[in-house]
Amino acid sequence: MSENQGKRKYFRGGVHPHDGKALSAKNSINEAPLFDKYQVVLQQNIGAPPKAIVKKGDVVLKGQMIAESTGFVCTPVHAPTSGVVSGIVEIPGAMGQSVKAIEIASDGEDKWGSSLKPMKDWEQRDDSEIKQRIHDAGIVGMGGAAFPTHVKLSPPENKNIDYLILNGAECEPYLTADHRLMIEDPERILKGALIIANSLNINKIAIGIEKNKPDAIKILKKHSADYGISIVPLRMMYPQGAEKQLIYSVTKRKVPAGGLPMDCGCVVQNVATAAAVYDAVVKGQPLIERVTTITGNSVVNPGNWRLKLGTTALDALKLASGVKNNPAKIIMGGPMMGFAQKSLMVTITKNSSGILLLDKEDTSIYESRQCINCKGCVDVCPMNLTPSVLSKAAVKENFDIAERFNVMDCMECGCCAYVCPSRRPMVQHLRLAKGKILAKRRAQQNK
Amino acid sequence: MFETILFSIILMAAVCLLLGVLIGFAVKIFAVQVDPRIEEIEELLPGANCGGCGKAGCSDFAKALVAGEAMPSGCPVAGKALLEEVAKVLGVDAETGEKQIALVRCGGDRSSSSRSELYNGVNDCASAMLIAGGPKGCSYGCLGFASCARACPFNAIEMVDGLAIVHEDLCVGCGKCLTACPRDLIILRPQSAKVNVYCNSPAKGAQKRKICSVACIGCRKCFKVAEENIEMKGFLATVNYDNPPQEDIIEEAKCPTGCLSTTTTLLKKFHSHD
Repeated sequence: MSENQGKRKYFRGGVHPHDGKALSAKNSINEAPLFDKYQVVLQQNIGAPPKAIVKKGDVVLKGQMIAESTGFVCTPVHAPTSGVVSGIVEIPGAMGQSVKAIEIASDGEDKWGSSLKPMKDWEQRDDSEIKQRIHDAGIVGMGGAAFPTHVKLSPPENKNIDYLILNGAECEPYLTADHRLMIEDPERILKGALIIANSLNINKIAIGIEKNKPDAIKILKKHSADYGISIVPLRMMYPQGAEKQLIYSVTKRKVPAGGLPMDCGCVVQNVATAAAVYDAVVKGQPLIERVTTITGNSVVNPGNWRLKLGTTALDALKLASGVKNNPAKIIMGGPMMGFAQKSLMVTITKNSSGILLLDKEDTSIYESRQCINCKGCVDVCPMNLTPSVLSKAAVKENFDIAERFNVMDCMECGCCAYVCPSRRPMVQHLRLAKGKILAKRRAQQNK
Repeated sequence: MFETILFSIILMAAVCLLLGVLIGFAVKIFAVQVDPRIEEIEELLPGANCGGCGKAGCSDFAKALVAGEAMPSGCPVAGKALLEEVAKVLGVDAETGEKQIALVRCGGDRSSSSRSELYNGVNDCASAMLIAGGPKGCSYGCLGFASCARACPFNAIEMVDGLAIVHEDLCVGCGKCLTACPRDLIILRPQSAKVNVYCNSPAKGAQKRKICSVACIGCRKCFKVAEENIEMKGFLATVNYDNPPQEDIIEEAKCPTGCLSTTTTLLKKFHSHD
């Protein structure tokens, strides 16, 4: 305890929005039926885009690789079901731009054809073999950022990793996909955690879960005793599940500004990622489906579904018996960090944790006014930034000032915009500044 | 008493004389040679400091001209007569090319193209792009938040019902709007090329038709009429600005959506709404 003396008990800042989880928290994960077609987005990871290795008319089997990776920070993509490739099409992506996708017309047989062999004896296998398998199965961070998992597990030589933290906080309002996974599949998560820890040669593992999921905490505590994994109940506070805040809550270590979790000896993985790692290594299944929450006051039957990659939001909403109450906003992800959509043809990717439909009462149209210097945003910023200064600098296009006030450390959690009494679109301002600064840095590098 | 005053006056006069002589010599010794032509040219140049030449304003451009680092035609604002005058001062050929002006390659205003009216964020094109790629149904067309109009130092861009239109007589072709547009929608084209394709979407015709009633649907009608003037790039017709078509092509081609048009026609169409 002595090393933690004098440190804050909790991370600084944060907000506690209405969580809306009651809509879907009690509904167990349903299996989705087979749809006629799937549009699998080609780039499902941060980093280099993979290259399609199938063309129109090719017959593919479920789990067969359809796009290969082109670099280190890149993961392959696999066919979610068996069928015929009907072409490479342009569909709307979750971020608003149009993206390339491989369209597969399902043959209704769902026949397996993965080339990955199960590794029942994973404890005896070499670390590099396990990491190669995690890459080959196309596993990325399923919490939202879609960062390739094998890259996180390959730290540079000089970084000493000693702590694996699984993220079961699910602090984002409305989402219950990880919650249900922890209740229904604790063994897969725990074994996946062991595999990840084994490949990093560490034995300290913790799972952080927010206290609003007492059932998940209880079940995981019961199962984890045999594995030597500690369960850490966390305070209910958004953004508890953000990487740096989670590390502080669990270990009281601080990630340096602009640094990565590995700079303080930690690796953070989402619980769903751990379950996917278990499937990939022990069962030889690539990542082709994930649990997604379909919820909101405009959904007739909110719940959690195991959806194949490439399922359109339209098909997914049909599973939830459609919509009611005039939906006003469609969001991929949660209400705080998710992306508003303008088309239902957007498809499920490896990081789609939820589809949220808000009605007129949940959304509001408001006018943005001048900053009144109330410091509300400064109080809640979990990254210790001054969002008011950053937002004003971005509006006046003083991007140098924004850079000097560390806008690049902003993780776009949205706490500042949530509390702002002047209703300023802070995150939009800050994202603009971040984009401009990144563009400037790239231009300088190319010179 | 009188002596003191006289002494002071004489002393002051002596000091002033000495300093005056010193300054006089200093001016001769440390004199800076300024080319009189710089001032002359600076007065000739438009003085808008638009930066269209790539220099930090007209005075900087004048220095570059005299130093031989730039040619008079580098100034996009100056007209032909002015360039010839500048060239005469410099003693070089004016090399005046065709004057370039800006063109917004989109004709989809609020009534003819689909857009989500629920957008509630920052009134700026680059910021709007961050939220679901902007409220406009077409992901290539004009967003209509007037970023280019605000960037224009000559007030040449008019916003009509969510669409930016460049006034041909006001635009000087400085190119400021080209960098302000996050969708790279604006290009420079020769002033004499009156007929343009007001569409920039490479999407398929049917797809474009769903979201916009004035998009180029790739029917190739204009291409068939004037193959040497029009180029087809996939599903999008573009004007070949090395050999631009004449205005009679609009009548001959009978463009079904009217995206082959002139700026004058567009402005007339939108102002008739009022």
